[in-house]
Amino acid sequence: MKLIFEKHKEGRRGFLYGKCDVDKPKPLAEKYCRKTQAHLASLSELDVVRHYTNMSRFNFSVDTHFYPLGSCTMKYNPKFCERIASFEGFSGVHPLLPQLSGGGMLAQGSLEVLYETEKLLCEITGMKAFSMQPLAGAHGELTGVMLIAAYHKDKGNRRKYIIVPDSSHGTNPSSAAIAGYEIKVIPTGLDGYMDLDEYKKQLNNEVAAVMLTCPDTLGIFNPRIKEIADLAHKCAALMYYDGANLNAMLGKARPGDIGFDVMHINLHKTFATPHGGGGPGAGPVGVSEKLVEFLPISRIKKRDDGTYALDYHQQKSIGYIAPFYGNFGVILKAYAYILVLGKEGLIKATEMAVLNANYCQAILKDYYELPFDKRCMHECVFSAVRQAKNGVAALDIAKYLIDKGYHPPTIYFPLIVKEALMIEPTETESKETIDAFIEVMIEIAHLAQENPTAVNCAPVNMPIKRLDEVRAARQPDLCWKEESS
Amino acid sequence: MSYTPHTQEDIKQMLSAIGAKSIDDLFQDIPAALAPKSFNIPAPKSEFVVTQILHKLSLKNATNLVNFVGGGFYDHFIPASVEAIVSRPEFYTAYTPYQPECSQGWLQAIYEYQSIICQLTALDVSNASLYDGGTALFEAMMIAIRQTGRKKIILDSGVNLIYRTMLYTYTKNLSVEFIEIPVAHGQSSREELVKYLDDKTAAVILQNPNFFGAIDDHTDIVEKVHKFGALAIASVYPVSLGMLKSPGEMGFDIATGEGQSLGIPLFFGGPYLGFMAVKSQLVRQMPGRIVGATVDSDGKRGFVLTLQTREQHIRRQKATSNICSNEALCALRAAVFVSLLGREGLKELAEHNYSKAEFAKEQLSRISGVQVKRSSPTFNEFTVLLPKGADEVVHRMIDKGFACGFPLGRFYKGMDNYLLIAVTEKRTKEEIRRLVDSLEAVL
Repeated sequence: MKLIFEKHKEGRRGFLYGKCDVDKPKPLAEKYCRKTQAHLASLSELDVVRHYTNMSRFNFSVDTHFYPLGSCTMKYNPKFCERIASFEGFSGVHPLLPQLSGGGMLAQGSLEVLYETEKLLCEITGMKAFSMQPLAGAHGELTGVMLIAAYHKDKGNRRKYIIVPDSSHGTNPSSAAIAGYEIKVIPTGLDGYMDLDEYKKQLNNEVAAVMLTCPDTLGIFNPRIKEIADLAHKCAALMYYDGANLNAMLGKARPGDIGFDVMHINLHKTFATPHGGGGPGAGPVGVSEKLVEFLPISRIKKRDDGTYALDYHQQKSIGYIAPFYGNFGVILKAYAYILVLGKEGLIKATEMAVLNANYCQAILKDYYELPFDKRCMHECVFSAVRQAKNGVAALDIAKYLIDKGYHPPTIYFPLIVKEALMIEPTETESKETIDAFIEVMIEIAHLAQENPTAVNCAPVNMPIKRLDEVRAARQPDLCWKEESS
Repeated sequence: MSYTPHTQEDIKQMLSAIGAKSIDDLFQDIPAALAPKSFNIPAPKSEFVVTQILHKLSLKNATNLVNFVGGGFYDHFIPASVEAIVSRPEFYTAYTPYQPECSQGWLQAIYEYQSIICQLTALDVSNASLYDGGTALFEAMMIAIRQTGRKKIILDSGVNLIYRTMLYTYTKNLSVEFIEIPVAHGQSSREELVKYLDDKTAAVILQNPNFFGAIDDHTDIVEKVHKFGALAIASVYPVSLGMLKSPGEMGFDIATGEGQSLGIPLFFGGPYLGFMAVKSQLVRQMPGRIVGATVDSDGKRGFVLTLQTREQHIRRQKATSNICSNEALCALRAAVFVSLLGREGLKELAEHNYSKAEFAKEQLSRISGVQVKRSSPTFNEFTVLLPKGADEVVHRMIDKGFACGFPLGRFYKGMDNYLLIAVTEKRTKEEIRRLVDSLEAVL
């Protein structure tokens, strides 16, 4: 499809501001002005609408396709949440309004949403308090690690390491590194759990924290998680809970009860806010009692008269990690979602997510290698090593699925599983959809034995064939240039 | 309410395929001792009831205030077609385009967004967006630290105070040395800035227009910065780029900013859009996602996520940053917004903002006792000195239906009588006149 710049036609307009109702002022001194105007496309409104509408049709999405992208949790995003987010009373409010004298009373609706969502998240996770500010999951991790650093500094502890298992999300070690820590990596044992002996060996009073995902990125719940937390606490290290997989245990276990001290929640994963092609997300951070005083400023408090206010007076706070109060629009949708589901709905969401994943795992394990054959939680991780022996790699399987109208599972993650296929069906998918997907997966397993080329050349039904990713990296073309059109 | 489709019969069949007796059986790995100590969540409510509750809540927020508050976040008009396009579920219910063949819509949209940011900033490469203007500025600073191997940052205090505070928070555990230079007569203080430049300087960070709304031409400063082998980083307000000299034209190495003004609602603080563009030699230091053009096996053009070896999912603790998402939907809003406006529209938008702010300045200066600061030119935001405390004035103006500006005393010592006033294209001549009348009455 042509780029929007390639559709430019001099003289066309897509939007007019109309005549300015004030007189033209004295022009600005030339040295402050642009010499060359930005080369933007000039198009009619319909040109623009048609361009992007047609482009949208080249996307798979939850509303159009089954999207079992493991670890990303692509569940249905309820439509009513979008309507609520469009209320002018929410979308039109300037974030500085409550910081104006008398303005706080004019933003009570938004402040209440933030306060009540925080309370609900505390109850869901067993944490003492949340900051709603982190703007994404990884931003939450960074905030969490900064809280850990502030805690140890305050206690006078000298700590320089953070422990992460080798199965962790890449953001864990990089968030810890960006906050100034060195990383100790613990391998996964043959049983699929973090190697406990190695963990004990690495754990000492130089460790600031242990960062874990639970259930882990293999989709497995470690029954010895409490023991792991207790060992960390014995060394005065803190436990960080990566909330990426919280959706697997709503109402079944709470990070706070297990002994985690800091955590983030990816609201889009657990509470069904849409992730719009890669964002926005939101990554609220929860803490246990001992870390509350370090939370970012501002915090929302409820006054005795039932009104809400922003509190900027926290001496030990790590400071500002976002310009305002978080991705309010995302938090609002998550709040609406929690209210609609309620206690029973949240528990059911977890139960059906786990049912769907185990069902996939149970049937597909006859066709694909299951590296850790145990009950899974919300996602199951296979390895395509058997198929790879016949020349059909995980990547080929992914491309064949696209041809058949399915978004592929996550591939090549976690890194510790060769030819990994990480399938997360999510609770909003029906048995029929999963059965049809399983059928295609079985078809691929057969093709890998009988006719691998049929899989290797996929996709053939899409507007484009397999793309040359090596060329994209070696000869980067990252920006349209006028001369190239 | 629940969005799960399972019938009792489905559940029975699925459990039997798994070989589990019950749903509880699926959770056997969670020890009984770890059962939640409490899970006191309200009972489910209908969609109708929740919509009503939240509609009522939304009405507790004021929507009829006439807004003259900016501070880096502005009340611009958003054409309806922006909303229509980002409301397409093929966009908003998709995920990061890991599989390019079924995500070409998103990938091309991001490539176009990147190209638009490059055009606006007159720099070579843009990433697929970052969380917000402040985090983008932090990431830019980290690029300079990595690239130069130095740790000293010279920070103009005309940079938005919110961003400056964020920079301090993020670097608490890193050994970064900051030197803050006070502005002189509204603009960047050349003398002071240059005094601290040396071969230990990683970067100089400037903002245009700055927090006080003042416009500057930083070309001379950038030249000096380069002489010491440091990088020059600009934080810019994108709407102004329809008119003002671009960071590229001034020689900056990196430009970042808050993209909220490009078709994104104010939304009480987010989601917003951090943009970043750099000179081509810095591309491998760039944080976050980048989309590139390539060809498919038939030689047809297509788009993919590229240069991923910089990223956390491959490099883990050695990555350029920990960021693993972008603000794609906000970036799409910006791309659609700018595409609708086109080059003429963006210029027009900038001119309207400038003209109305100049008109407001002129009208306000007629009030006796009010001084409009005129030592440097401004774009759509400017500072006025009031005869009494700005906080109190703002409070009384709120009662009259105006969010009349931001009192600078909140952020700056000794500036209790100063008010920062922003005027966008949405403010009419009549509203500006009413603002002036009401202010006169209050003073």
